[in-house]
Amino acid sequence: MATQRVYLDHASAAPAHPAALAALAQVARSLPGDPSRRHAEGRAARDLLESARAATAAALGVAAERVAFTSGGTEAVHLAVRGVATANRARPRRILSAAVEHSAVLAAADASGCAHTRVPVDRDGRVDLDALAAALRDGAALVNLQHANHETGTLQPVAEAAALCRDADALLHVDACQTFGRLPVDVVTLGADLVSVSAAKFGGGRGTGALAWSPRARFRPLLSGDEREGRRRAGLEHLPGIAAMAETLLHLRPGDPQGPAAAEVARCDRLRRRLRARLGDLDDVAVHGPPNDALPHIVAASALYVDGETLAAELDRAGFAVHSGSSCASTSGRPSHVLVAMGALTHGHVRVSFGPDVAGDVVERFAEAFATAVGALRARLGAGR
Amino acid sequence: MSASRPATVVDALGKPCPVPVIALAKAVEQARPGEEVVVLSDDAGAKVDIPVWCRMKGHEYLGQAEAGRGWSFRVRRSS
Repeated sequence: MATQRVYLDHASAAPAHPAALAALAQVARSLPGDPSRRHAEGRAARDLLESARAATAAALGVAAERVAFTSGGTEAVHLAVRGVATANRARPRRILSAAVEHSAVLAAADASGCAHTRVPVDRDGRVDLDALAAALRDGAALVNLQHANHETGTLQPVAEAAALCRDADALLHVDACQTFGRLPVDVVTLGADLVSVSAAKFGGGRGTGALAWSPRARFRPLLSGDEREGRRRAGLEHLPGIAAMAETLLHLRPGDPQGPAAAEVARCDRLRRRLRARLGDLDDVAVHGPPNDALPHIVAASALYVDGETLAAELDRAGFAVHSGSSCASTSGRPSHVLVAMGALTHGHVRVSFGPDVAGDVVERFAEAFATAVGALRARLGAGR
Repeated sequence: MSASRPATVVDALGKPCPVPVIALAKAVEQARPGEEVVVLSDDAGAKVDIPVWCRMKGHEYLGQAEAGRGWSFRVRRSS
């Protein structure tokens, strides 16, 4: 009997919202022009581009001229980090990153030409603000602190970190790829100088992201060669994708406490709490991250005595798509840097992430499948009770 | 006071996670309270997972040292 598959990996890639799909097709079909050209088709494309920019900027709380579109969150992150490093040669050649930043942020900082220091986190994965303050005493051009963690959902103390950065005259880059489109993400409220976002993470479609910045942020482009995006990012704009992201934001209204995004946050949070409780009840299973001050749609746990990728494969066979952060036998063989930084169990790890299509008894069915798979794998290895 | 017999040494070199932790758990179960178990492992995850296992199970983590191409991890069974 074929079971209905359940997709529980929205934090990797979220299915596109109907508004995104509609905009994608409509713009691809009806707006063939290059927005940099002066002819009628170019002007029509330009109008659409600027109205998408206005919608995106409004969602981020910045003026429209401080938003540049990119090919996704990874490019936005690299633009922020390497762009700042290249532009600010008079500042200390040093970047500080929370140890649990996404690997794209860490890789960008490692490639920046600046010295790169990782700032430790606590058991919940929250950055150690005292350690950050101490590190800032030696000066830094840029601090990378994510809005929330992509593996465990832990929300970071961004406002407090922003105050420390201001005092130390360091710019603050906030990777908001996991929060934008779900929680309110306002550049001014966060106290950030650069905020990177991704459409793929909230159902705004793939292949589009954006960087927003404060008036004082200075950064050089990564991609040069034309005048597009205020000379911040060269390359013909992916108008269908940009329109898809903007339309989705207009539908979800993430800054509106009465809007669809806020309702979805509340709904997911209920699922999250139920799943945390169910998994936490299992023998020798550690649930990661704090119960509160966390993203509503992510639950991460590690089961003792099993291999995470094998566990994810068993769950896939049972019809549940999840992500494993453990790379034991296969792939790179290196444990998740996020879990290592938290001092959390690195093997047997899976990350479950919800979306609008995950409802009803999925939590109970998943917990059941998880318990069964863990039991079977432990028996296979002759481990556990 | 140290145990009445020398520590049990478990060689898990070359074994991928979660085998070193499974081997540790079995050896600690066999040990008497107060006795030490030493696990040899070259698995990168073991450096985090062995102390975490000790915390989860209430046993004492005594530390790690370099050992050949890996490390030796010392654990004392609590009770």
